[in-house]
Amino acid sequence: MSIDDISIKVTDLHSIGSIDALLNEIATRLQRFITQGETSMIDLKSLPFAPAEYEGLRTALGRGEASARLETIGDSELYETHYPGVWWVTHYNVEGDVIADLIEIAAVPAILHSQPEDVRDGLERLQQQLSQKE
Amino acid sequence: MTEHETLEQRLHEQGISRRSFLKFCAAMATMMALPPGSASAIAATLAKVKRPSVIWLSFQECTGCTESLTRSHSPTLESMIFDMVSLDYHHTLQAASGFAAEQAREDAMKEFHGQYLLLVDGSIPLKDGGIYSTIAGRTNLNMLLEAAQGAAAIVAVGSCAAFGGLPNAQPNPTGAVAVSDIIKDKPIINISGCPPIPAVITGVLAHYLTFGALPALDDQGRPKAFYGETIHDRCYRRPFYDQGKFAKTFDDEGARNGWCLYELGCKGPTTHNACATTKWNGGTSFPIESGHGCIGCSEPKFWDAGSFYAPLPAPTADVSSVAQAAAVVGAAAAVIVGAIDRGKKTAAQQSRKKLTVDDLKGN
Repeated sequence: MSIDDISIKVTDLHSIGSIDALLNEIATRLQRFITQGETSMIDLKSLPFAPAEYEGLRTALGRGEASARLETIGDSELYETHYPGVWWVTHYNVEGDVIADLIEIAAVPAILHSQPEDVRDGLERLQQQLSQKE
Repeated sequence: MTEHETLEQRLHEQGISRRSFLKFCAAMATMMALPPGSASAIAATLAKVKRPSVIWLSFQECTGCTESLTRSHSPTLESMIFDMVSLDYHHTLQAASGFAAEQAREDAMKEFHGQYLLLVDGSIPLKDGGIYSTIAGRTNLNMLLEAAQGAAAIVAVGSCAAFGGLPNAQPNPTGAVAVSDIIKDKPIINISGCPPIPAVITGVLAHYLTFGALPALDDQGRPKAFYGETIHDRCYRRPFYDQGKFAKTFDDEGARNGWCLYELGCKGPTTHNACATTKWNGGTSFPIESGHGCIGCSEPKFWDAGSFYAPLPAPTADVSSVAQAAAVVGAAAAVIVGAIDRGKKTAAQQSRKKLTVDDLKGN
């Protein structure tokens, strides 16, 4: 028996058209970001991808020169795609499941910014440490 | 019972950073099917809410809905239970049993009268005085009537509580009915499905916490954010339907090519649920992706709607407009761009001013 005897065939499932539609949407948003400075996000989990399309989108967007990692209640992976200003942001929970999967059009993804509350907490800790040394 | 402090206080005590909280809110926005840019608006509100008391009553049911909830991935059940709500009674999940368990329910009902959320799974049998399902010697009907009195709102979890479900199927030997058949004077939200998608259960709770009100509902009492569209409208196989490419048997060429399962009895066109995008098992897939048609489990009387394998009688939506769009940009593009519109609206709002929870309510 050879592999040809097995009636299951690998077929090309790449092209129901979602990738092109999404790339067009990203291009439009990128244009708005350039002219109006408008940042935005696309929730990938809300879109009906065919099984192979998700990976197809990854290939189409590629990978650029910047990436970051958050270690906060589960990891988060952020990287700039081959197109500057287009970021792929994936949040995981502590069990490693994807809890949010986003395309973000921005100079820097919003979640990377230090939050004022955290900055204040940090300063407090630093001052405490300094006062202990005195 | 401890005082119910705000989520912000709890997280701060646990040393969880604001950034972590924002990430959590981004996941919540995804879960609630809100625009992804709304995380900071959600964070601002959610941080201030006090954990509401939740009483969960399980009636004539199979515990599948609870099984589904405990497999909720975003956020985890633990964070949901311990950080967002105070689950004061759930006879399957709670540690207490017997008199102590029933006491916990009575205490919560008294202390949070008029404020607690009542979650119900399972139908309620009415025949012969409701004797076919009892807890601690009391009929389900009796317990529901008592608990509903002090509830701020009732969430009917699963098709049994929402529509009567399997116990209500012909010939309905126990006279099973839905929560809404009995309770008429409280807001009721139906989270149907057999079982419902775990993220939809937690998403509705999150919505209630964030907005302090129940989400917009469809004519079946289901939240529009999750049940607003049919499986068919959001199915990745929809383009094949529009092209007339159907699988005729489960092992023919069409099935192998991933064509539309309409002729094999898929109930996607008449079924409202979020399976096609939210998916199951932590976002792995949904039935159609595994090659089986939708059985329509989130619709009323789905057990009595004929064979799961008999095709629906006729197209239920006007396909001509979709076909036209398909001719121009490709059907998938029409489907996917429609989905993005929601985000566009909010992007416009964001450019003018910071998004607030009130903006989201208007969506």
